[in-house]
Amino acid sequence: MLHIEYVHYEALRAHGEETYPHECCGVLLGRSLAGVNHVREIVRAGNTRTDSAHNRYNIAPQELIKIQRQARTAGLDIVGFYHSHPDHPAQWSTTDFAEAHWIGCSYVITSTDHGRAITTNSFLLAGTTEEDKRFEDESIEIEIAQPQASEIQPGVTEITIHGDPA
Amino acid sequence: MKIHIPTPLRAYTGGQETITLAAQNVGGALVALTTEFPALRQHLLTPEGKTRSFVNLYLNDDDVRYLPEKDDSPVSDSDELTIIPSIAGGCCL
Ligand SMILES: [Zn+2]
Repeated sequence: MLHIEYVHYEALRAHGEETYPHECCGVLLGRSLAGVNHVREIVRAGNTRTDSAHNRYNIAPQELIKIQRQARTAGLDIVGFYHSHPDHPAQWSTTDFAEAHWIGCSYVITSTDHGRAITTNSFLLAGTTEEDKRFEDESIEIEIAQPQASEIQPGVTEITIHGDPA
Repeated sequence: MKIHIPTPLRAYTGGQETITLAAQNVGGALVALTTEFPALRQHLLTPEGKTRSFVNLYLNDDDVRYLPEKDDSPVSDSDELTIIPSIAGGCCL
């Protein structure tokens, strides 16, 4: 399961709208606890695939190293990545699978149809090696922080969205 | 020197993000690392012993592939080696 605050969820969807008709990409920082990837921060990354940005993305390793350093300083880990599919469904592709190497991480995909973010799905890269890796549909739990009146029980409202089966 | 391990490979380093070890050069550091944590080996190297194509090795801010001496590049205690698998993909084939 992917657990993410609403503001971060909206921010990664907005990123896909901004870069349309190109693919956006970014990194999810947080902690992985008991099989749940908890997102604490999202970091936008540049797409180096300027040759084919409408259907490919790549994050420069130098940028990743900087992001990993930033995570380490904040006491966080890289727990996933996100990218968009301009005018295509929010489902992983053969290329996405072949190029996915971060086992245990969440790969979030947002479809952007005519520049609007439509569906956001998350896929967990499961398995133990390159040879047995697989994408599993993963539910996204969105946390909405609410301003509270003192007598109302403080906390969060949780919405669970299950992966779009389409 | 320090070696930074990416999230997926920490399962093979007892959860440690940073491994400190002594080595003369990059290749030696990798040998020392996979000797201490043998389970890492198959994730970093092909059966022929070459670094897997999607595994990037950075010595401080430089890609080891593009260093003049590559794996033979000398390292000191203050150097940091980062192991970072690539992040890429794209829609529709
Ligand atoms: Zn994709």
